[in-house]
Amino acid sequence: MHSPKAHSPMRTPLGRVRGLGSARSGTDHFFLQRVTGLANLLLAIAFICIVISLAGESYATVRAALGSPVIAVIILLTLLSVTTHMRIGMQVVIEDYVHNEGAKVLCIIANTFFTVAVGLAGAFAVLKISLGG
Amino acid sequence: MADSPLRIERPLSPHLQIYRPLFTMVMSIVHRITGCALYFGTVLLVWWLLAAAGSPDAYGTFAAVAGSWIGRLVLLGFTWALIHHALGGVRHFMWDFIIGFGPKERVLLAKATLAGSIVLTLVVWAIGLAVKG
Repeated sequence: MHSPKAHSPMRTPLGRVRGLGSARSGTDHFFLQRVTGLANLLLAIAFICIVISLAGESYATVRAALGSPVIAVIILLTLLSVTTHMRIGMQVVIEDYVHNEGAKVLCIIANTFFTVAVGLAGAFAVLKISLGG
Repeated sequence: MADSPLRIERPLSPHLQIYRPLFTMVMSIVHRITGCALYFGTVLLVWWLLAAAGSPDAYGTFAAVAGSWIGRLVLLGFTWALIHHALGGVRHFMWDFIIGFGPKERVLLAKATLAGSIVLTLVVWAIGLAVKG
């Protein structure tokens, strides 16, 4: 935590953090964005093929395809990788443009809620088709 | 994340609107915009999966909207945004390995991203329409 002195207007942000050590998470975010980006690239190619093959097909055909293990796993992996990429990507956008501290925290929480909801709803649908009938 | 409670008014670096728009800069901004668009576009993906997990009626509603001219227009935009963002990501991946930073390479890569995204979108839709009509 800050010492009372830390709030002195004469101290620069650098001066306040100097000597505290690193947060130990400096490159995690950057690296995860790259890893999920690479995964997304490969998964998106497979996903586009799946969508083209199922476009305009009947309900029964679509369900049979989405319920097959290979396609179900590809879509589950896509949901995991894409929603992670989305969450940390949108967090950077929020941190860049929302400067009010309270609004920023609320936006980041909403970002987490949205991305987790998208991932879980999609995964539930795939698993229901695959396992639940 | 580091917001000091009391800020001193210091000179800032010039804001975006000061700069003359450069091609590479515009492409960087478009990369962020397509990322944000895809973020909200995942709602359509989840709708598709949930409709397939739901009932023939729910799937019929989705299929009717996706197959309508406005639905197809949105999906065309979705395809372009996805491919543009993917190619932009590849560009960033190259830069991570310190490849393509020269003044000519930067512009060439930016042009290749734009041209590639349009060509690949048309190729994907040509294949889709040829297979499915």
